[in-house]
Order: sequence, then structure tokens, then C-alpha cells
Amino acid sequence: MEPAEPPVPPSALPKPAPKPPAPKAEAKAPPAPPGPPDQAPPDDLARPDYLAPLEQACPGGVSQVSYWVGDWTLIVPRDRLVEVATWLRDTPESRFDFCSDLTAVDWPPRAERFDLVYCLYSVPHRRRVRLKVRLKDGEAAPSVTGIWPAANWFEREVFDMFGIRFDGHPDLRRILMPDDWQGHPQRKDYPLEGPGELLLEDPLEWLKLRNAAREAEFE
Amino acid sequence: MGQIRTETMTVNMGPQHPSTHGVLRLVLELDGENVVSASTTIGYLHTGIEKTAEQKKWQQVIPLVERMDYLSAQSNSLAFVTSVEKLLGLDLPDRVKWIRVLLAELQRINSHLVWLGTHVMDLGAVSVMLYCFRERELLLNINEMIAGFRMFPSYIRVGGLREDLPAEFHETVRAFLDRMPEKLADYERLLTKNQIFRKRTHGVGYISKEDAVAWGLVGPIARSSGVQYDVRRAFPYLVYDKIDFEVPVRTEGDVYARYLLRLVEMRESLKICRQALDRITPRGEWAVDDPRITPPPKDKVYTEMEALIQHFLIYSQGFTVPAGEAAVPIEGPRGEQAFYVVSDGSNRPWRVKSRGPSFFACQAMPTYLIGALIADVVAIIGSTDIVLGDVDR
Repeated sequence: MEPAEPPVPPSALPKPAPKPPAPKAEAKAPPAPPGPPDQAPPDDLARPDYLAPLEQACPGGVSQVSYWVGDWTLIVPRDRLVEVATWLRDTPESRFDFCSDLTAVDWPPRAERFDLVYCLYSVPHRRRVRLKVRLKDGEAAPSVTGIWPAANWFEREVFDMFGIRFDGHPDLRRILMPDDWQGHPQRKDYPLEGPGELLLEDPLEWLKLRNAAREAEFE
Repeated sequence: MGQIRTETMTVNMGPQHPSTHGVLRLVLELDGENVVSASTTIGYLHTGIEKTAEQKKWQQVIPLVERMDYLSAQSNSLAFVTSVEKLLGLDLPDRVKWIRVLLAELQRINSHLVWLGTHVMDLGAVSVMLYCFRERELLLNINEMIAGFRMFPSYIRVGGLREDLPAEFHETVRAFLDRMPEKLADYERLLTKNQIFRKRTHGVGYISKEDAVAWGLVGPIARSSGVQYDVRRAFPYLVYDKIDFEVPVRTEGDVYARYLLRLVEMRESLKICRQALDRITPRGEWAVDDPRITPPPKDKVYTEMEALIQHFLIYSQGFTVPAGEAAVPIEGPRGEQAFYVVSDGSNRPWRVKSRGPSFFACQAMPTYLIGALIADVVAIIGSTDIVLGDVDR
């Protein structure tokens, strides 16, 4: 029977090479996407019948038409939105009398940072369409509460979550967050862990505290 | 002697009021017993689910969305996965579609039972609540059977189901379906011709068809006002175009009409469930055959290298979804439900937006409260069947 090997003293072991400093977290993150694809419809696809009269009635009202997995999207310039929306609701060919959803999507690297998305439904024709308005940060959108009363709370929600203002909205207040909240949570640059209690009182204090905590983490 | 001075009185109802079924605050202005104005405050249950969902992988979002509308968990997950599957371009096996139909309809009965119980309890009929919860218990047992979780099973997954149906699933569901019609008749015997119940609900909380459309009301509220809109008929999803069922529509638009309509809906759901159960084989496909999305069977993971790699990739990185956006509406217990899902081509959603029917019902609340008596407010709120978890998200 062989004698057991004497234990190696720890000093004799080769020392591990010092680890290279970990790359910063920012460098690892993939670049933010530039925005939704907004594909053009295939040529052999029939366009919905309300499109041609719409383009005739509001020239320049639709800047782009896109089609993706069965859904039509009309991209509308901001200043033409009310005109196009009124036409879509009132004309017998379209009759989109039902505002089914209104939301926004944040694409930070893009110059026109926000997509406002309106999902419309027509009860008599049983079909849907999506309107999209592109907005820069700080730009206000026209309110559609006069066209669809149901848009009222949705516009408040978009204002609350993204900080997009709506011109002509009767009562633009925060709806889900408390009235004295700072910042707009659904923006992509808003931290997931929330601003903490301090932000409610003084955003600058909070920023200092957060930076200090980060530096402590790196050391 | 001077004139008697009258003034309106402001009453704060909620946020902790039992009849709001959640945390809703109403500020009512009263002239005597009549409501002159009403304003609603929401947001007490806001949990930032939409923000959280942006940090999760696609499959991990399902438990989150199930907790939005906590009375119709499986309808929420069905709406979410249908949108994601549309972006992925998946074609599901027929058996999965039928199982999903069955689960969605059982969920509708489940939600309507809770609604009926709590609504009539607000009006003083406490025993009906106990009966409704007795039957709901059976549905929760079915959930426990398929997934081990009673309220939020997370059984519907992107690409199919979590696993195959358990043994004795058919017998349990069949027993429930056979028991239910008789119990529904019991509830009706207690309520439909009950003078007290009729006086509390007949002609109360009227909403016109035009208002219902303008305020975006959907589901049983809209259909009881004469709006012919049921997503299962207007935009058939899954296999609803192959099923024989009626969509009840009434025109009275009051609380009593909503009660009658929901009872008919439960019967129709039972009819759909029976048709679905007959077509579901006890064993068979339970997920789409796509190695990107469906994890391989466990015995292969232990024996084959490729299966192990695939298993590891699915559970560590998840799958990616092609860039684009989709929103597929489905008919939940409270009406049209949709998740507007935006993907940037990665393994996490870029944006998830829930379009909940309760949000609209809550928004339109002043429309049907103004002019009502203060005693009827509770009846009206109950009849709209709002779930505040869905409103605040």
C-alpha cells in the first residue's frame, strides 16, 4: 500500500494570475434597436378599400403604409392626425368608430423618439387598423378625445408613463402614478429599480446617492 | 322665515370599499340621494408589470400577465401568447387549439361565477355567493390538476402548453360539465324572478348603445346594450369558427340585462366545453414541434448531447422573436383583450401593452353613475365586473 501523499502547502501552489479588470457593463450591452421595421406591403396584396379615398380626401395625410403579419399600419404626420382620424371615423367606407387601444413605444436612439400607436376597430365593417404618429422628445401630440371619448384615460396614461403631452386634452393629469411622482416610468432610460424615495423630494440628491453607490460597487 | 337652503354633499367611496372588488376610489357628489357627479381615481394597484415584462424573457412574461386580471388568468396568457405566436409565425397542432379553447371557456365560467357571487352578495344575497364559490372550487381543482397552481396555472405557453394533460382530466372536466347546468338553474331559481333582486337591478345603470361604442365598452356590458361585438365571432381565433355556439345580445342595457346575459354566456361556454372535450384525445401533441421553442423531452436530455444543448439554450437564453409588432384580440370574460407586443428581434420583449376591458368600464363609470341613486351605485359597479388588477396593471 502506497503511503498517502503529503498535503501540498498552499504557498507551493502556483498563484492564479491577477484577473483582468472586468469590462464595464455598458460596453457589453448590444446597441439599442433603431425602431420597428415598418415593412412596406407586398406588391401583390390588395390594399384596403378606404386607403385611396383617404389619400384623396387628405393629401399627405398618410406618409407611409406598412403591413406586417396581417395588420395594416398607417403612419400619419403629427399635424394631420386629427384630420385623418376624423375622416376614418366618419366616412361610411371606413367607420372606425371604436378606439380600441392607444399607447406609445420608446425607441431612444431615434431622433423621433416615440411612436404613438392607435389601434382602431370598426364595428360595422369588422376590421382593424393601426395608426402611428412619430414624435420627438418634448413634442406634444394633438388629443383625439374629441373624436373618441375612450381615448381620454389612455392619453393620460401615455402622459403618465412617457411624458408625452396632448394638446387639447380636457384633464391631463397623472393616472397610475401618484400626482407628485418625478419622471416617467415607461421610458427606456428610467431605471427599473425605480428612483427610490429620495427622488420624490430632490432628484439631484437622488442622483448623487446613486452615483456614490455605483462607485462603491466598482471598488 | 327664509327658504330652506339645500346643498350637495360629497361622499368619498373607497379606496377600501368592499364592493369595488379591488381598490377603486369614487368621489360622489350627492343631491339628496341622487348622484350628480362622480369621479374615479385609480392606480392603487399599479405594479409596473409592463415595465417588468421588458426585462423578462418571452416565456417568463406569462406568469406576469396572468396576474394582471387575476380572475381570468388563462385568458390573459392566451392573449399574450397568441400575439407572440403571430410574430413567430407558429402553426399550432389542432389538439393544442382545442385544449386552449376548453381552458379559456372554463376560465370564463370561473370568472363569471366569481362575478355572480360577489355581485349578488353586494345586493344582499349571501347564499348565492357560497354556492358560486362551491362550483368555482371545482374549476380551481382542475387548474391544480393540470399545473399544480390554482389561480395562475401558467399552463398555456408560447408554442403550446406546459405539458400534456394529466390522467383523469377528461373525467374531472366531464363531471363538472354534467353538474353545472343544474347548478345554474339553481342560481336562476334564487335570483331571476326574485322580487327584491329585480327591484334592485331592473332599469338601473342604463347605458345606451352609442355610449357603449364611444366609451369603448366591450364584452357583456356592450352586448347587453345591443352592440354586436364578440371577438370569437368577429375575428375568430383558435378554432372558434368550427364551434357551434350563440352570442347572446340584449338591448335593455341595465344591470338586470347584464345579469341575464352573463348567465346565458355561461351556458354557451358549457356547450363549447363539451364540443372541445369530445375532440381532445387523452394523449397527443401538446406543443408545436419546433426545436427553437419547445424544450426536448426529458429522457432525451439525459441521453442525447443535442437535446441537452437545446435544453440548455432554451432555459438560459430563451428564444428570439422576429422584430415587429402584433396585437391579436381575444374574447376574455370581460370582453376584448389584447396584448400589443413589440419585439426588437431579441429574446426579451421591447414593449408589452395590455388592453384590458376593465380599464374602459372604469373610465365610463361616471356615464352610468350620474343620475343613479346612491344605493344603486354598488349594484352598478358590481354589474360592470371590473377587476382593478387589470385597470392598474
